[in-house]
Amino acid sequence: MNDSLTIFAKDMLGSLRDLAPIVLVIAIFQVFVVGGSAEELLALAGGAIPVVLGLTFFIFGLRLALFPIGEGLAHSLAERGSVFWLVAFAFALGFGTTFAEPALMAVADEAAEVAAEANVITATDAARDAYAWGLRLTVAVAVGVALVAGVFRILVNWSLPVMIIGGYLLVLLLTYVAPEEIIGIAYDSGGVTTSTVTVPLVTALGVGLASSLKGRNPMSDGFGLIALASLTPILFVLVFGMVMQWT
Amino acid sequence: MILDSLRFIADSAVDVLPIAVFLFVFQRLVIGAPMANRKNIVIGFVFVVVGLGLFLIGLERTLFPLGRLMAQQLTDPAFLRDAAALPGQVLGWQDYYWVYLFALAIGFSTTLAEPALIAVSMKANMVSGGAVGVWGLRVAVAIGVGVGVSLGCYRIISGLPLHYFIAAGYLVVIAQTCMAPKAMIPLAYDSGGVTTSTVTVPLITALGLGLAEVVPGRSPVLDGFGLVAFASVFPIISVLAYGQFALLRERASKVARRERVTKVVKYD
Repeated sequence: MNDSLTIFAKDMLGSLRDLAPIVLVIAIFQVFVVGGSAEELLALAGGAIPVVLGLTFFIFGLRLALFPIGEGLAHSLAERGSVFWLVAFAFALGFGTTFAEPALMAVADEAAEVAAEANVITATDAARDAYAWGLRLTVAVAVGVALVAGVFRILVNWSLPVMIIGGYLLVLLLTYVAPEEIIGIAYDSGGVTTSTVTVPLVTALGVGLASSLKGRNPMSDGFGLIALASLTPILFVLVFGMVMQWT
Repeated sequence: MILDSLRFIADSAVDVLPIAVFLFVFQRLVIGAPMANRKNIVIGFVFVVVGLGLFLIGLERTLFPLGRLMAQQLTDPAFLRDAAALPGQVLGWQDYYWVYLFALAIGFSTTLAEPALIAVSMKANMVSGGAVGVWGLRVAVAIGVGVGVSLGCYRIISGLPLHYFIAAGYLVVIAQTCMAPKAMIPLAYDSGGVTTSTVTVPLITALGLGLAEVVPGRSPVLDGFGLVAFASVFPIISVLAYGQFALLRERASKVARRERVTKVVKYD
């Protein structure tokens, strides 16, 4: 129990450290540049408490439950070497972790809000929720597909630079076809997916797989998965925007 | 308030459900053995759900409003002194310098404090045999993110197409990849991903949308997004540049050492 307490305290410190620079910069700007009202700021600062507590609980819980099972599964699957189960696991891992990604929820909610204001969708709660949900599903499927492609790449030794450069060329091409209002969201969703939940589990999968195969470098193959997971969401969200426009 | 919190926590339970289900299914079907430490796992999932719920509350209460508020205050024409002196004058992109400065400060400071980046820097230090300093790399990434977010704000204010910047950014990355020291390449690509933390993303998203709302002639849908994309590309550039710089510096110091040695020999 003592151990968990230390880990909990460490996670709390980590969340505080995440938030501290933001608080500091905003405080400096408010006091010296804008001269904002103290009341308004205090009300906002009160909201920092759930952010810190929430992030702490979230990461602590991940460490306690998710990471041990996920890593264990990744290693034993990589060792067994059944391609079907590996691919299924890679997809489920990408999909599940991305769907539960807090940063993606934030961006999806904002995107739905903005789409409603601009009359891209109807301005009802139901339509907004459906849009945000659809966006998150799209990104989650995209990351799932990225991990499947990444696992294949490690198994058959495709060239990563060719895949990445080809992917970005396709992104550029789709940018001209997709509706304008989805482009910003699409480009952003590439950066959003690779944070708290996804990276540790994906790295475990990549490194586990690469080290159980002969002649693969765990460092560079583990990283390839992340690079692909930042690329496919852009493609898929651009397509999502095109589909939303047609329907 | 309490009802609200419960709703958020219920929502987050739905969000976490798919990942919980798939882990249990895989454990049963593939491994066949029951999970070790079942108690820990249940407690862990409760923490994840409650934590996510709380975080989303804080997001709605603090991070989103803060980003919007800063965007509004820093672009208020009454606040921008030069414009106040000349009423009726249309603000150009260069009048919004406080926004650029704020974006730079937020990007730089949040990145410097990012724990994932500290781990990556230590790995880079080891791989490069000390040529890449831990602090040097952290500062390089932080500058990349700061400049990226700042430039992203310029794009929102000026209304230029996002993909011009991103495509240009990746072209630079490709050119640099051909020249940079091999060991730096994976690390540089990695650093693009690790910089955008869960706290920073909502804040800068709200900042961008707020900017697009208040700057005349911009629309949140067309111009508001893209800051996260900027924050992911620019650190790659700055890290590759830093890698090249570190390599050159090491070569230069080797040359200098050799010259010193030959000089000493001559004097003898």
